[in-house]
Amino acid sequence: MNMGKIVRMTNSTTGGPIFVDVDVEANDGKGKIVRVYPMDLTEDDPKSWVLEANGKKYTPPRKTTYTCYTAGYKAMVHSKRRVLYPLRRIGFDVNGERNIEKRGEPQPGGDPLYPGYERISWDEALDTVANEMMRIKREYGPGAIVAEPSSHHMWGNVGYRHSALFRFMNFAGITYADHNPDSWEGWHWGAVHTWGNTTALGNPEQWDLFEDCMKHSTMIVFWSSDPETNNGVYGAYESTIRRRWMKEAGIKFVFIDPYYNHSCALYRAEKWFSPRIGTDAALAAGIAYVWVTEGLYDKEYVAEKVFGFEEFKAYLLGEGEDGIAKSSEWAEGETGIPAHDIRALAREWAKNKTQLAAGGMGGWGGACRGPTGMEWTRMMIALAALQGMGKPGINMFGTTFGSPTDYSFYFPGYSEGGIAGDCDNSAAGLTFVNRMFDGVTSRPAPSNLNVPTAQFIPRFNIPECFIDGKFEWRGKGFVGASIEQQFHKFKYPADGFPRMQMYYKYGGPHIGTMGATNRYAKMYQSKLMPMVVFQSIWFEGETPFGDIILPACTNMERYDISEFGHCGGYVPGSFTQTNHRVITFQMKCIEPEGESMSDYEIFRALAKKLGIEGPYSEGKDDLDWVKQYFYATDLPKITTWEEFTTKGYAVVPDNPNRKRTPAFRWFAEGREPDVPFQGQPRPADLVQGKGMQTQSGKIELLSHSLMRFDQSLIDAGEEPDETRPPLIKYVKPWTGWHYENTEKYPLAVLTPHPRFSFHTMGDGKDAFMNDIKDHRIRVNGYDYWIMRINAKDAAARGIQDGDLVKAFNDRGEVIFAAQLTERVPPGTCHCYESSAEYDPIGKPGASPDRGGCINILSSGKHIGKHTAGMATEHFRIELVKWEEGAS
Amino acid sequence: MAKKNYLVIDVSLCFDCNNCFVACKDEHVMNCWLPYTDEQPRHGHRWVNILRQERGQYPRIDVNSLPQPCQHCADAPCMKAFPDLVYKREDGIVMIDAEKAKGTKALVSSCPYGAIWYNDEKDVPQKCTMCAHILDGHGESVLSQPRCAHSCPTGATKFYQEEPADFQKRIEAEGLQRFLPEISSDGGVWYKNLYRWTTHFIAGGLLKDGDCAKGVKVELKGTDTPAQTTNYFGDFLFDGLAPGDYTIVADGKEIKSVTIASSVNIGNIDL
Repeated sequence: MNMGKIVRMTNSTTGGPIFVDVDVEANDGKGKIVRVYPMDLTEDDPKSWVLEANGKKYTPPRKTTYTCYTAGYKAMVHSKRRVLYPLRRIGFDVNGERNIEKRGEPQPGGDPLYPGYERISWDEALDTVANEMMRIKREYGPGAIVAEPSSHHMWGNVGYRHSALFRFMNFAGITYADHNPDSWEGWHWGAVHTWGNTTALGNPEQWDLFEDCMKHSTMIVFWSSDPETNNGVYGAYESTIRRRWMKEAGIKFVFIDPYYNHSCALYRAEKWFSPRIGTDAALAAGIAYVWVTEGLYDKEYVAEKVFGFEEFKAYLLGEGEDGIAKSSEWAEGETGIPAHDIRALAREWAKNKTQLAAGGMGGWGGACRGPTGMEWTRMMIALAALQGMGKPGINMFGTTFGSPTDYSFYFPGYSEGGIAGDCDNSAAGLTFVNRMFDGVTSRPAPSNLNVPTAQFIPRFNIPECFIDGKFEWRGKGFVGASIEQQFHKFKYPADGFPRMQMYYKYGGPHIGTMGATNRYAKMYQSKLMPMVVFQSIWFEGETPFGDIILPACTNMERYDISEFGHCGGYVPGSFTQTNHRVITFQMKCIEPEGESMSDYEIFRALAKKLGIEGPYSEGKDDLDWVKQYFYATDLPKITTWEEFTTKGYAVVPDNPNRKRTPAFRWFAEGREPDVPFQGQPRPADLVQGKGMQTQSGKIELLSHSLMRFDQSLIDAGEEPDETRPPLIKYVKPWTGWHYENTEKYPLAVLTPHPRFSFHTMGDGKDAFMNDIKDHRIRVNGYDYWIMRINAKDAAARGIQDGDLVKAFNDRGEVIFAAQLTERVPPGTCHCYESSAEYDPIGKPGASPDRGGCINILSSGKHIGKHTAGMATEHFRIELVKWEEGAS
Repeated sequence: MAKKNYLVIDVSLCFDCNNCFVACKDEHVMNCWLPYTDEQPRHGHRWVNILRQERGQYPRIDVNSLPQPCQHCADAPCMKAFPDLVYKREDGIVMIDAEKAKGTKALVSSCPYGAIWYNDEKDVPQKCTMCAHILDGHGESVLSQPRCAHSCPTGATKFYQEEPADFQKRIEAEGLQRFLPEISSDGGVWYKNLYRWTTHFIAGGLLKDGDCAKGVKVELKGTDTPAQTTNYFGDFLFDGLAPGDYTIVADGKEIKSVTIASSVNIGNIDL
């Protein structure tokens, strides 16, 4: 054995907290990760909760869980794909010829590890970036530098983008490309108009629903929900044991998903329905029709708590504008699900106390990300409402949240502002900014640029801003302060502001994760994008488009602090995903690889050059901030700084006497909301403190906010928004099975969030994951992303299992390895999104990609005409066999 | 008698999450545990080789996974072929002698399970050691079980240290089986619910008057497969079947005869 001294350290990730065994003597004392593994709790840790239901006692295993990308973290840290030192693109001269049109097309020479790039010193890199920032501010004015991070990058509340990055941006005068809620678009742009819940961006409450489900429910309908794949969000496999208990308690599981998903497989569901892609809302209408015509709904609840039921009923019965009854036969015609099955499902659902696990807080992603995501989410709420949502056992429970831990212990999630305290662009204002900063010895960093009254752009349309130089849209990022906030209109450039001159990209790539992403590749060669800085850990995806690349390190190579699964903010109660609230001191396990630095230290070094190091750092390093953070939480109630940093983690004690507050029980019982503060609507949005956040205070099948919005459009001489009608109905999907280019592109493809990786984490990077059979397939030494197709569709195209195929439509071409399967019906394909690799075989943005970015083929249109959300979950393609070397 | 090491893998609880596969790499790639085994190459080896299989046809299917590490056979073919290079520890773990086996590529083909892999860089055959270095206390860790079992989120892979007599009781109580027993009927790795991998099902649905026929008694004529009652979708599923001819009887009437070579969705039948 060739080991030096091994020390067990602690860290945490997007896929769970971990023990990290480190050989501290390896690499000349810089250290090497030996292994990472889940945490076994000890006798000294607090007792676990015990839930009594059905005459049994349930208590979770005394151990944390982790996901596959976390299990393979070591290979991402110690990887030949790491950026080890600062780089300058060959051909880029900041003071002379910039060769913008050559970005992404490596020029000969340079560093053997990084084709097309030359190694430069940190000093030169920082000087180049900082001097250019100062020049741009002097020559163009404010709002001409834009920063853009990726989602789900490194874990840790101090180093997170809402924290270290925002603090830097806001002091340096850098604005932002706002993130759209790409995993919950339909809830955000649709569901809020049905019930409000803007504090969760339109997602359902989940408080205490595990207990409610175990005690009262007899059936769960998982609709576009794959909790074993999406793990809630950051929740690893914490809820897996809880679902097993549900199954063992005899609760019936039915799955509705175009793909026979992994949860469906694990629990061997009693029934799997694969509706034609994009027709889920039609299936829902068909179910509601059965309930309404057979009297199988909660009439009293509907009369008291639902607005617009008569209009909805008329729509279902064919007494509305379209004159079509939404019978099970009609629904069969749209969805392909047999009418007798629709009736059987509707009747059994109504007969049972049924939980609807409809994506969202259940399995992130799903149908809400599709072109009909708004109608789907609104229809899900309608179904839940018709059955009496909030009554015991009847709710919208995704099964990943709502564990009975202590909800009263205060520790913030990553979205709660960290060391920035930016109340406009994070959830800092909820609580944390008041606990973190005294305003005298330590101050937050608000922005006067990244606000509705200044200049910023939407992430999904960065290409339009930089290629066309102008763009108009509605809604600034995650707009959850009110229902109506998303109607607000913006434009780029904002009046009196300059065009943007520098794009500062931080974190993972977008080409694998956004829509119609050849747009992003082309953008980098636009003359309107004079400078591109990448702050990157890996040389992957679109990093090789940067003019200057700054090497960042992973969160294994710096200090941080965080709680398992807890992002907080618009995901209130995200800590309820876990069986034990585990808060981790993220130790600096090893020294940064090569010359890489932590994001915080890079920002601090730039701040020094920019003359703002004082306000930025307040003289603190990352460990000092972690300490300040520690004291701003409830942690000192259960541990000391010394114990916490030595032991590496703390477990929040169980609180069996806590008052249980099941989600929406308050609504069903006509009481004031009693759920924890984070999940409550603002008092000003309610009347007498009661009801939903909607104008009527009821669940609105006919939405007042959308009626008002249509009226504003009409008043402005525009058409009402037919993509988001005030009355919930099935809107035929514009990328669906019988609408867009069906002859040219006969196959529909479903592109859910990936199973093994998380956004681009875990994939590529020369990591272990590339060897997973169901993740990538190695053909002639190259790891291709997988396209899953039904054997019949494959046979019709002469495609065999393992063949290389080219998927294409008008938006581009991508090469995959084919996997033949019965997990999709004929006509439907399945391909996870979020490839970390982008590897065009010719000109970037205009040639087939071998990396596997299916999102090159997804739509660049917004989910609704007047929204800024994306709708990439499904679209149409054609497949042909492909030979290596072909174009 | 001394305790032996066992892995018990429940096919019905494995859903191909690959935590075991990646944890195995985490343990062995970039780490040299000689004299147990040298570093595993970064790519290519599958010391836990997860096999996948779909049964049935759309929409009545299931998907099964079978993690297949070295089976630690009692009478190991690799040991028979190369008695000087492979040995069995008293605790049941089959070990390749990392020094003596250097250069012997033929070890790879001596394993009918395909569980031995060749490391070209180190010029040595390698395989699962059941993390013997950890079990022996040489893993420099608080861990006390193989990484595959420790990382498993569903409890599909479980590790036991038991006396053979006690484990024999477990085999009987839990219905454990060896995978491909014709190769090796005894050893350190056992499977639960292996029928999901080795047998077939007949699934279908019954309709009556245009609706799902719930509560209908369905039997497989002339077999000892227990009768079923259709569920609220009118569905039935007979599992654990061998290839052959079957006749389905509903409410006492023969409704369909079918010859199966593998699992079949016979579709919906209108009564």
